[in-house]
Amino acid sequence: MALRTLATRKTLGELCKFQQQIRGVQTFTLPDLSYDYGALEPAISGEIMQLHHQKHHQTYITNYNKAIEQLDDAMSKGDASTAVKLQSAINFNGGGHVNHSIFWKNLTPVKEGGGEPPHGSLGSAINESFSSLEKLIAKMNAEGAAVQGSGWVWLAVNKELKRLVVETTANQDPLITKGPSLVPLVGIDVWEHAYYLQYKNVRPDYLKNIWKVINWKYASQVYEKECL
Amino acid sequence: MSWTCSNYLCLSSSSSSSLIDSHELTLFNRCKLSSEYKELRRKDHDSLRPINTCAYLGLKPPTHKLDKGQRKKDCVLNKPKNICAYYSLRPPSYKFDALEPYMSQRTLEVHWGEHHRGYVESLNKYLEKDDILYGYTMDELIKVTYNNGNPLPEFNVAAQVWNHDFFWESMQPGGGNSPTLGLLRQIEKDFGSFSDFREEFIENALTLFGSGWVWLVLKRNEKRLAVVQTTNAITPLVWDDIPLLSLDMWEHSYYLDYKNNKAQYANVFMDHLVSWNMALARIAYAQSFVNLGEPKIPVA
Repeated sequence: MALRTLATRKTLGELCKFQQQIRGVQTFTLPDLSYDYGALEPAISGEIMQLHHQKHHQTYITNYNKAIEQLDDAMSKGDASTAVKLQSAINFNGGGHVNHSIFWKNLTPVKEGGGEPPHGSLGSAINESFSSLEKLIAKMNAEGAAVQGSGWVWLAVNKELKRLVVETTANQDPLITKGPSLVPLVGIDVWEHAYYLQYKNVRPDYLKNIWKVINWKYASQVYEKECL
Repeated sequence: MSWTCSNYLCLSSSSSSSLIDSHELTLFNRCKLSSEYKELRRKDHDSLRPINTCAYLGLKPPTHKLDKGQRKKDCVLNKPKNICAYYSLRPPSYKFDALEPYMSQRTLEVHWGEHHRGYVESLNKYLEKDDILYGYTMDELIKVTYNNGNPLPEFNVAAQVWNHDFFWESMQPGGGNSPTLGLLRQIEKDFGSFSDFREEFIENALTLFGSGWVWLVLKRNEKRLAVVQTTNAITPLVWDDIPLLSLDMWEHSYYLDYKNNKAQYANVFMDHLVSWNMALARIAYAQSFVNLGEPKIPVA
């Protein structure tokens, strides 16, 4: 008899916790890649892709989920100082999740069109703003190599002015910090973890080779959605 | 007196080279090196300054203003046209495989041979172009190019050259364990216990966003030890604090050995690599500049 009451109390407790989870924040999971880890060789090695996806990106997601749960908790308790203190963790880990999700879509194996120059509206916009794709690539490589420490280099479109820009961001700052109307088209991770095992400290070589696996089709889709 | 003044003096006298190879190279030996050099300079030994060794050629201490006209006037010895002062890449005082299995030979080869060397070469390229930065010691160069928070492009390379030299010295084969004597007493005074300090140091290493360094510094104004995190190339020298130890948290420092496992790297550093001898020598030297109070002399 006592055992049965104990059992029901325990299940009731579990039910409450379960309901709390339903009421709680929307957590995130690691998105799958649409290609194998080794499919981007020799531009990016399979070992780097696996570590980058399964360890680094997963860590950002885990820490982001933790931070937003803590934020939700602090907000419901009205704890302003904790909520503000969590902002840097949210910015960093959330930015890491957002940036890497875009990055995986920016890459595609050569046999699925990786590296194929953009046609259509994006191609002509590039030729207009940068006079040729080669010049754009040279500019992005120069800016990417010049990033101090860790960061990203982006090709973005300013959706208000309908103009293409090349920007860099530090650490995992999202592109929005460089301009509220910037929409990322192509982002290249220049954190050392993105290339170190294969290229060691020669970041320029990594930047030169990554263009062979860039998915311009995806970039064109995003551009057309914003600008047409 | 510069903290690493002797790092950049390449002397051709044989006595210095034996000191550089010695594993027991302490700060006191190197201070002796620099005073030796001052003696030689006073005797005006121009022959000791071949073109591709580095030397501090300015005789009058430079001002901190980057005013070209002013500097040329103040400099008692004007920069001769055919001699340039360069910084050289100083090797660690231990062999590359001496830190195995905690830091692999391959990591040292790439970290020192490619990254550190690259920084030194970039610094020399900047100095070649620019007359304004000529004549500063390394510490002064870092402070001047930091420009109070608005760093000049030379700052990154100059600071990284210094940071990496400092980092090699902060490690030794057979390192780890715990500090002793006055340093341990000071750590216990400022952090509570050595394990509290260790926890704080490792936590700082793991919560650093992006690239940077973790330092154990002696804060000059507050006259106490502290653990400090800096980003990219920034060093506590720019705030006039005295660093005792550093840990490189740039990914290139641990990626080959530990991939993304920062926690393992930081723990291994604390357990097996950190050179408490060097930290002790540094804090002893620092006490000439910062009054840490009366020493505890046991009563007989």
